[in-house]
Amino acid sequence: MNRLQALFKRKSGHILNIYVTAGYPGLHDTEPVVLALDKAGVDIVELGIPYSDPLADGETIQDSSQQALQNGMTLSLLFKQIADIRLQSQIPIVLMGYFNQMLQYGIPAFIKQCETVGVDGLIIPDLPVEIYQRDYASIFEASSLSMSFLITPQTPSHRIRTMDEASHGFIYMVSANATTGSNIQISTEYFDRIKDMELNNPRLIGFGIKDRQGYDQACNYAHGAIIGSAFIKYLASNGLDHIDRFVTNIRNQH
Amino acid sequence: MQGSVKYTYPEDGFYGNFGGAFIPELLQPCVEELRSQYLSIMADPSFLHQFEALLKDYVGRPTPLYYAHRLSKHYQSHIYLKREDLCHTGAHKVNNTIGQILVAQRLGKQRIIAETGAGQHGVATATVCALMGLECIVYMGEKDIVRQAPNVQRMKMLGAEVRPAKSGSKTLKDATNEAIRDWINNPKDTHYIIGSVVGPHPYPDMVSRFQSVISQEILWQLKEKTGNENPTRIIACVGGGSNAAGAYFHYLERDSVDLVSVEAGGLGVHSGKTAATSQIGTQGVIHGSMTLLMQTEDGQIVEPHSISAGLDYPGIGPMHAHLIQSKRAKVVAIEDDHAVEAAFLMAKLEGIIPALESSHALAALDTLDLEPNDINVINLSGRGDKDLATFMQKGEHE
Ligand SMILES: Cc1ncc(COP(=O)(O)O)c(C=O)c1O
Repeated sequence: MNRLQALFKRKSGHILNIYVTAGYPGLHDTEPVVLALDKAGVDIVELGIPYSDPLADGETIQDSSQQALQNGMTLSLLFKQIADIRLQSQIPIVLMGYFNQMLQYGIPAFIKQCETVGVDGLIIPDLPVEIYQRDYASIFEASSLSMSFLITPQTPSHRIRTMDEASHGFIYMVSANATTGSNIQISTEYFDRIKDMELNNPRLIGFGIKDRQGYDQACNYAHGAIIGSAFIKYLASNGLDHIDRFVTNIRNQH
Repeated sequence: MQGSVKYTYPEDGFYGNFGGAFIPELLQPCVEELRSQYLSIMADPSFLHQFEALLKDYVGRPTPLYYAHRLSKHYQSHIYLKREDLCHTGAHKVNNTIGQILVAQRLGKQRIIAETGAGQHGVATATVCALMGLECIVYMGEKDIVRQAPNVQRMKMLGAEVRPAKSGSKTLKDATNEAIRDWINNPKDTHYIIGSVVGPHPYPDMVSRFQSVISQEILWQLKEKTGNENPTRIIACVGGGSNAAGAYFHYLERDSVDLVSVEAGGLGVHSGKTAATSQIGTQGVIHGSMTLLMQTEDGQIVEPHSISAGLDYPGIGPMHAHLIQSKRAKVVAIEDDHAVEAAFLMAKLEGIIPALESSHALAALDTLDLEPNDINVINLSGRGDKDLATFMQKGEHE
C-alpha cells in the first residue's frame, strides 16, 4: 500500500489536496513548499511537472510552468527534490504531468524512478483511459503507483465506470468543463449524480476551488478538494513565508 | 474509394504507430461529437453537393495542372505544376475550411475558432465564416501578428477577431494551444477548424479527405495530358502536411508513384535553427496526436525555425510520420536561401511567384535524380504575394 492508499484507508473525508508547480516560484522552492504544506496539515501534495505546452491549464498554471522552466526545472531535478523531501516528510505525493514528458523519459524508467524516490500517484491529463488501457495499464499496474483519472460533468457514466476501474488512487472530479483556474458555475446535480454511482475510488473535486466555501461544498459531496490556481496565486503574491495561513483560511487545523 | 487501409485511412485513429487522440477529458465531448459524426456528414449527398458546388464556383476548382515548359527544359525532365496557388485566397488551405465550415453548420455550431501561423489558414477560415455568416475568432501568436501584419488586416476586413496568443513562445504552437483551450471552455456552440492534418483524431483524417480533391483532379488531368494517371513522383512541401496529404491521397497505395515530402531545413538541419521535423524530431505527443516532433530530452517542445511561416511547426501530421517511418515517402530538407532561389527561378522561367512554402518543394528538384522521361508533379500549394517583403529583402543579395 502506498501513502495515498494508506491515507484513504485512514481518512474518509475532508481531504485537502494542494497543487503546486514544481520549481515554482524558485527552482529550489519545491522542497520548502511541500514541507510547509505538510506542516500546515495538508493531506496530499500534487506536484505539477512544468511543461512547455500545458493544454488543460489556464493562465495561472501556464505562467507558473513557464516560470519554472525558465528557472531551469527538469524532471531529473524534480526526482532529486522529491528524494530530499522524503528524508523529512511522508506526505502522499502525486505527480501531475503531460504524457509527452513521460514518453520522452521512457515509461518504464519513469515509473521506476517514481517508485525509487517515493512518488505515490500519477495524474496524466492527456492520456485518455482507452489508450491507457490498451497500451499502458499493464506496466503501470505492475508498479506501486496509483493512477487517477479525471472526469467532467460531460463524461458519460459508462466512461466513468471504466475510469473508476482503471484508477487506483482517487477519481479527480473536474467541477466544470473548463481549463484550470476558470471562474465556473458549480453544478450540484453533477456532484449528486456521481455520488450516487458509488464508485470504488474516493472522489476529490478540483478546478475553480479557491476558498473555504468551495472547500466545504466539495467536502459535502465528495471526499475532499483539490486546490491549484488559488495556491499558485497566493505564492505569487506572498512568497513562501505564510503558507500555513493559506491553509488555515481554507480549513481549520485537522 | 479504392485502396487498403495501409496509409489512406487510420484504424481507430492510428496510422501505424502514429495518431490517436491524446486529449484531456475536458476536450472529449468536443472531439467525440465530431468523431462520431464526421463520416456520415461527409457521406451525405446534400453535403457533397454543396461542397463540390462551392469548390467549383467559389474556390475556382478544378485548379489547372500546368506543364511548365521552360522549367522542364531547365531540369531536363517533365514538370507539371498543380496550381493550388490559383485557389481563392491564394492557397490550398481553403479546400479544408470550406469542408469544415459545412461540417460545423451541420453540427449546429455558430462560433468558429482557428489557429494560424502565417495567417493563410486564418484568412481561409475568416473567408468561409464571412461566406456563411458565422462568428470567427482566430488565435495567432503575438510574434506572428507583428511578422504577418497584412494577413492580420485581411482577417479583420473579413470580419474576424484576431486574438493574440501570449503564452509560451507566442507562435503557431501556442496559438494552437490557445484555440484548444478556447474549445474546452466553449464546447457547445463552437467548432475548431484546424488548418492542417494535425491534432487529435479525427482531424488528420477529415482534413486529408477534404484536401484529397487535389489528387482526385491530378488523376484525370494527368491522364488527359499524358495518357497515364500515374506520375513518376509527386513532390510537396510539408508543414503540418495538408497540401502534401491532398496531393498524395489517391496515390498513397500506388507504390509505383514516389512521394517526396519536403521539409524546411531552415539554416541547416543540424544548425539548431530548423523545422526539419522528421529528421531531428522524435516520437511524442503534440496537440493531441502521437507523431514526430521537435523536443528537448526532457520532452519540452522546441520552437522551430523556417523562413516560411507556414512550415514553421515543430510537429508533422501523423499520416506523414507513418509514411516516412515506413519509407513510403522520401524526405528532403531545403534550406531558407535555397527556397528563395527556387522562387526567383520560377518567377523568371514561368511567370509564377510561388509561396515560400511551395518554393521548398520546387527547390527539391535540385536534389533529386531526374530522368528525362520522368513525370514530376509538384504541388504548388500557394502564391507568393504574401512573401514579397521577404523576397525583396533576400533578392537584394542575389
Ligand atoms: C501556401 C502554403 N503551403 C503550405 C503550407 C504548409 O501547410 P501544410 O503542410 O499543411 O500544407 C502553408 C501553411 O500556411 C501554406 O500557406
